[in-house]
Amino acid sequence: MMRWALLFVSGTILGGIVHLAVIMILPRAATQDAYSRLAPRTQVNAVTPLPVASPDGAPMPFMDPAFAGSICRYDLSQGPIKLTVPVSSAYTSVSFYTRYDVAYYAINDRAAGRRVIELDLMTSDQRAQLPEDEDVTAADRLIVESPTITGLIAIRALAPEPGLMPVARGAVAAARCERQPEQKTSSR
Amino acid sequence: MRLLFSSLFAFIVAAAVGLGATYFALSRGAAFGALTIGSWTAFPRTGTAGADPYARASIARIGNLPTGLGDGVSFAARTDDGGRPLDGRCDVELSGITPAARFWTLTLYNPDGDLVANSVARYGFTSQEIVRSADGGFAVSIAPRAQAGNWLPTGGVERYTLVLRLYDTPVGVATRASREVPMPAIRVRSCP
Repeated sequence: MMRWALLFVSGTILGGIVHLAVIMILPRAATQDAYSRLAPRTQVNAVTPLPVASPDGAPMPFMDPAFAGSICRYDLSQGPIKLTVPVSSAYTSVSFYTRYDVAYYAINDRAAGRRVIELDLMTSDQRAQLPEDEDVTAADRLIVESPTITGLIAIRALAPEPGLMPVARGAVAAARCERQPEQKTSSR
Repeated sequence: MRLLFSSLFAFIVAAAVGLGATYFALSRGAAFGALTIGSWTAFPRTGTAGADPYARASIARIGNLPTGLGDGVSFAARTDDGGRPLDGRCDVELSGITPAARFWTLTLYNPDGDLVANSVARYGFTSQEIVRSADGGFAVSIAPRAQAGNWLPTGGVERYTLVLRLYDTPVGVATRASREVPMPAIRVRSCP
């Protein structure tokens, strides 16, 4: 009896290890996560407008149908990127996701406090390599550090009523995300 | 022979515990830091870089992009205030007020996260569309057949999930359930 109890306990402990291992591995093994769903339909370092969610299909589950959205799938291996988002009349937000769909930074139009949300996205290494004089001007430049080389930026604008959806779609379609021109050659 | 049976037994227990716990954790969408108010549950921490492994696994399995905390917080309800699962064939009333937020949206999804088709192409409400009473509160009728006032059609689906998203809101990781965060009540009026 004692022997079976001992086996049961060791089995349970092994099961716990299996459980934790599966939970840790799952984000890396998932084939239907948001990044994998969006990768085939988006371009790298460019803004791709997404269709508005409808019952006939949506790019992702649990999308808010009151929002127009665009995705910038970024790859920082060639250098930092610059994101420019015009603010729509109601509410605009920009959310940054890692390759594994973790939201590491999000900002809305009011927090950005301007008519245009402008952000520089780079890895920690690229930020460390910024020339000194660039750092001086960093105060009025919003710099976001990405924990991963690749990832997603979701640009979303609210249409408070259905008639305003074209305006919201126009705002997110006008967003730009592109590789920055070489910093060293700029005269700033 | 005895060793074989013993190890087989231990492995069966391990598989049952490991897979069972994983299935349970992922199907319930379990994560740490849940904020539960009435029948509404939010995981504000899931929208930050500090999302725990359970939250990350849930995100990967569902395949959505979570609402970033700088953007807003999303509350989901799968049951009414009595704890019964929401049934699309019943007349349900959602009433009350919401926590402070610049905008909010209410959306009805099937359990897979798809919108439910209906004749009026209404899948939810935004805070600007809703008709309010004089005291600032609102009531939404969630029912398969047309209702007066704020009608959210269910399409007659068996199960659905309501998601209330607050945008630009002070509700966040540090929020505790209290009177400062009032969420609307969900009551079943009648069931066929």
